[in-house]
Amino acid sequence: MAPILTLERISKRFGAVVVATDIDLALGDGEALGIIGPNGAGKTTLFGIITGTVAPDAGRVAFDGTDITRLTPERRCRLGIARSFQIPQPFTGMTVFENLVVAAAFGDGRGERDVYADCAGLLQRCGLADKANRVAGSLTLLDRKRLELARALATRPKLLLLDEVAGGLVEHECAELVALIKDVRATGVSIIWIEHVVHALLASVDRLVVLHGGGFIAAGDPHIVIRSPQVREIYMGIAAAEP
Amino acid sequence: MVPLMEWVNIILQGALLGGLYAMFAAGLSLIFGVMRLVNIAHGDLIVLAAYLSLLATDAFGLGPMTSLLVVVPLMAVIGYTLQRGILNQTLGPDLLPPLLVTFGLSIIIQNGLLELFTADSRRLQAGAVEVASLHVADGLSIGVLPLLQFVTAIAVIAVLQLVFYRTALGRAFRATSDDQDVAQLMGLDNRHVFGLAMALSLAVVAIAGIFLAVRTNFDPAIGPARLIFGFEAVIIGGLGSMWGTLAGGIILGVAQAIGAQLDPGWQLLAGHIAFLIILAIKPDGLFPKVQ
Repeated sequence: MAPILTLERISKRFGAVVVATDIDLALGDGEALGIIGPNGAGKTTLFGIITGTVAPDAGRVAFDGTDITRLTPERRCRLGIARSFQIPQPFTGMTVFENLVVAAAFGDGRGERDVYADCAGLLQRCGLADKANRVAGSLTLLDRKRLELARALATRPKLLLLDEVAGGLVEHECAELVALIKDVRATGVSIIWIEHVVHALLASVDRLVVLHGGGFIAAGDPHIVIRSPQVREIYMGIAAAEP
Repeated sequence: MVPLMEWVNIILQGALLGGLYAMFAAGLSLIFGVMRLVNIAHGDLIVLAAYLSLLATDAFGLGPMTSLLVVVPLMAVIGYTLQRGILNQTLGPDLLPPLLVTFGLSIIIQNGLLELFTADSRRLQAGAVEVASLHVADGLSIGVLPLLQFVTAIAVIAVLQLVFYRTALGRAFRATSDDQDVAQLMGLDNRHVFGLAMALSLAVVAIAGIFLAVRTNFDPAIGPARLIFGFEAVIIGGLGSMWGTLAGGIILGVAQAIGAQLDPGWQLLAGHIAFLIILAIKPDGLFPKVQ
């Protein structure tokens, strides 16, 4: 199966801080990949490189068979890459529905009237239907997270990048979110998910990689990766020698 | 002692003049709202539009109002080109570069117009409509032209409001204004959106410029004063509020009219004083947009 996203020898540093060194990654079409790693490991920067807001110092990004390394963020969005932010960034002065309409109309190159029904459906799916006409700036954290996800989905992405969507949620909210993401996956959308809430990841992804020191130090089956002594030591701060 | 009806008349004339100021201000406010760009050349662009209208009336024998059909699209194209060609490159976290560049643009436009049209005062001839008036009551009549100008101002503001809140373009403006980076990730091309905003702004400028040219004499140097009136109307009304801008224009116009009545030399000063008083009492303007 041809990969939907390929990163080839991606390198990036901010001054003396190295966030990526020769990173290679291939994401299969329809695959769900989890990324974990300590704070500051460069996970979010990697999303920036994929969406086009951060230019890599070296390397190549290919999406759906085309080289997108030099494409602007808006072009990449229209090709089918969408992301959510760790700290939700809705258009605060617009209503919840308008947030979705903008994303759907411009992110997917459709007329506004053609997207109304889809947007209403998405609000329903994401549990925001009753808040459609609320100004986004007035939403609670949970609803902002839902909106963040709904707005990304409104662009009808082929690849969805999720940045810590489960953080700060209580257990049942988290379960609800995992169900929604599984639901999205079932429609054929490929997913890369950065998350500190490990159990949410384990429940949802096919593959897990660990980013540390500018590279992937482990990759593979989520349950095996998370139990590897090296990962436990670096990521969870548990000494490998500990029983 | 000035009779009561005289005062009613003065205030009414001032309010109608305020419509023109609101049109000066609307384009300024739109640009600042969408891209945080303070366009120092705004007043000179108004004067440029006045000269373009003069050219159109001279060259094609059009009336001032029909010249709108040529000048409005032309100014919109100039706006888009200016934004894509120059101003987009100056936008960034620092507010200073666009200020400097539009300041330079202001000087270039003034001197270009001076070179082409000399420093002579010009005026657009609108014919009979210039002196036509409606009799309202004894001692009170309204000029048709000021009235037309005021109605146009309301229409312009209403259309801008409609565009902003009811169209895809308006949502693109608001989304980009809200968060440029996120808007890009939603497929919006900022450079194009900014180009369209400037095009719309200069389309409004074109309308304002023609009304200015019919109403008073103009020469290449009067732009900066129009910019000040525009600024004052925006600030009085409150940033981000279109109807507030109209109110700001009216307050400024009325203050100037009252000042002029007290002493002809007080016209402009009275406007500035009204502006300062409102700024001191309500620094956010009268109708600030609640975010």
